[in-house]
Amino acid sequence: MPLSKEDLEKYIKERIPDSTVIIEDLRGDGDHYSATVISKSFEGKTKIEQHKMVYDSLNGKMGNELHALMLKTKTE
Amino acid sequence: MEDNSMVDVSENIKNEIKSNDVVLFMKGTPVFPMCGFSAAVVQVLSDLGIKFSSVNVLDSDEMREGIKKFSNWPTIPQLYVKEEFIGGCDIVKEMHETGELMELFNSRGIDVKPS
Repeated sequence: MPLSKEDLEKYIKERIPDSTVIIEDLRGDGDHYSATVISKSFEGKTKIEQHKMVYDSLNGKMGNELHALMLKTKTE
Repeated sequence: MEDNSMVDVSENIKNEIKSNDVVLFMKGTPVFPMCGFSAAVVQVLSDLGIKFSSVNVLDSDEMREGIKKFSNWPTIPQLYVKEEFIGGCDIVKEMHETGELMELFNSRGIDVKPS
């Protein structure tokens, strides 16, 4: 069952409350998104740690329901 | 007692990243990548003229899931340099764009011959 854009944003915001989340649906199939996540809480963290925070917010959906998420993380 | 196929896989992974400076766990092979993200990382490495070893995770489900557990990273491809997990497609491409990837290879004493 693919993931809706709204759910994707909701999960990320729940885990990273101060984040600004910009999502683009790449194929309209609920399976391929690109997302830019901006949050102060990324400060001092490596890129891997930042991306893991976003993946963790999807509690297991990344790589399963959600096939592809092109991700950019920024501190501002 | 951990399922022994998982133990074997993580041993295989450790051996692979110990015995090769640069290892790309990918879907398919460098010549026949089976996923756009894997192909993108192969392209970056080729652009930099990097010699690398690749592991086709589609060859075994244990490897395909084992590598994700090993690195605690949910997707493929995964790039390792001198036993260190560098990232997946997004991070490798971003590092390539900023020049960070070239610096990383240089700092690890890995030959870079940009084409």
